[in-house]
Amino acid sequence: MHLALFLIFAAFALAGATNLLLQKHPINAALSLIVVMSSLAVLYLLLGAEFLAVAQIIVYAGAIMVLFTFVIMLLNEGVEEKTHGSRVAKIVGFPAVAVFLSLVASVILAEQNHLSPVGLNDGIIRIQDLSAVLFRDLLLPFEVTSVLILIAILGAVALARKDGHE
Amino acid sequence: MSIWLFLLLSLVKSVLVTVIFLMGVAYTVLLERKLVARIQNRWGPNRVGPFGLLQPLIDGAKSFLKEDVVPSHVNKFIYLLAPLIALGCALLSIAVVPFGGPLAWHGMRIFLISDLNIGLLVLLGITSVGVYGIALAGWSSNNKYSLLGGLRASAQMISYELALGLSLVGVVLQTGSLRLSDIVTHQAVHGIASWNIFGGGQFFAFFIYLMAAYAETNRSPFDLPEAETELAGGYNIEYSSMKFAMFFMAEYGNMITVGCVATLLFLGGWTSPLGDLIPPPQNIFIQALVPLFWFVLKVFSFLFLYIWVRGTLPRFRYDQLMNFGWKYLLPLAMLNIVGTSLWLSFP
Repeated sequence: MHLALFLIFAAFALAGATNLLLQKHPINAALSLIVVMSSLAVLYLLLGAEFLAVAQIIVYAGAIMVLFTFVIMLLNEGVEEKTHGSRVAKIVGFPAVAVFLSLVASVILAEQNHLSPVGLNDGIIRIQDLSAVLFRDLLLPFEVTSVLILIAILGAVALARKDGHE
Repeated sequence: MSIWLFLLLSLVKSVLVTVIFLMGVAYTVLLERKLVARIQNRWGPNRVGPFGLLQPLIDGAKSFLKEDVVPSHVNKFIYLLAPLIALGCALLSIAVVPFGGPLAWHGMRIFLISDLNIGLLVLLGITSVGVYGIALAGWSSNNKYSLLGGLRASAQMISYELALGLSLVGVVLQTGSLRLSDIVTHQAVHGIASWNIFGGGQFFAFFIYLMAAYAETNRSPFDLPEAETELAGGYNIEYSSMKFAMFFMAEYGNMITVGCVATLLFLGGWTSPLGDLIPPPQNIFIQALVPLFWFVLKVFSFLFLYIWVRGTLPRFRYDQLMNFGWKYLLPLAMLNIVGTSLWLSFP
């Protein structure tokens, strides 16, 4: 059951990601990205991370992607123009991606025995455990991250502010 | 319990709940037409059946039989997808709502389709995905009125979703659980005195939730995405027959869901307002039906309030809407979280 669901939604995620690259129209690309995000949420759920799964839906699929589509709708971007693409990307790009993927795969395979065992099972990470880790053990990194995000928001406001409204 | 029994029971429950929910939607529309008519000193629909009670069925049949027009200038795939998203999300969210007491048969709750331990978050997640139905409908119709409606809808729903989510944090802090049935049983002890809105001290949170929920469901006084006088109908202007009816059903379905959530989180869900003053009846059927009665009564009064507000208040202006959401509701919701946390840490 778990394996079947995993295969279905992994296929969805990969198909969405491929479609995202192939689509010409920005709205269709954004919709494919939503499919990818939602399938990832199901994969998280299969790994027992229920809070992460729903947070993925609420934050990424529900808030960030709505802003994406909002901006695309507001600017009313048309179909993108077909270009020949840069030659450098064609020559260097594919080998670079291959090297990167094999590097990541080899690192994961080498460290396989040291990683904590997470599998497709019925186990659920309880939200209380998650909050204990987040707000007790890793409190400082958590707070630093939130300050970082706050700085980014303030920067965006400062950049967007019109002159004359001092 | 075997997996087949589980699947069969879940299927039966889903079909039953969907049918009852859709009937509820149909009769909420009738209730609204009747009530608004009385508020405006009219009679409302009263020709089809006694007191117009068959009007919703006739309306449904009419929507099915109308010609299904797809304008030639629309983005067809998204145009057809949008009403499906809207209605799908509206129907999906009812799956985690517990209607009645913890009565179980073969280890499965009878008055609840699925008992998730993150039920509240799942509800919020489904609501946040539901925005796409309206936004994409507005965009794909290729019409300036619908585009404006869709843009307004996405901006409004994102803004008010923050206040809505934050207003619920106080309740979650008090219960210590995101499971909806836990939240209800936590309020069951002393009847009305232990409901979150009174005994729980979540009075302000309830009103923040109420206002944010009106905006989330695009209802008056926040019905800017479909403001008839400005947008000639808004995001659904290019839709006809059943596709238009699907948006309509989604809106009323969301109203009912929002009412259910308010009932569960603030008004004690299926528990009686008298608490344990009345001993529970002996008959098993009455024992099962009394909580259902309280639940339906609470949701009904919430819907009544919805329609009352719609019949009474004028529409907000767009800048007023944004100001109100970001400058008043959101800070108030945050203050409520801080207040509840302080209250809980100094008993």
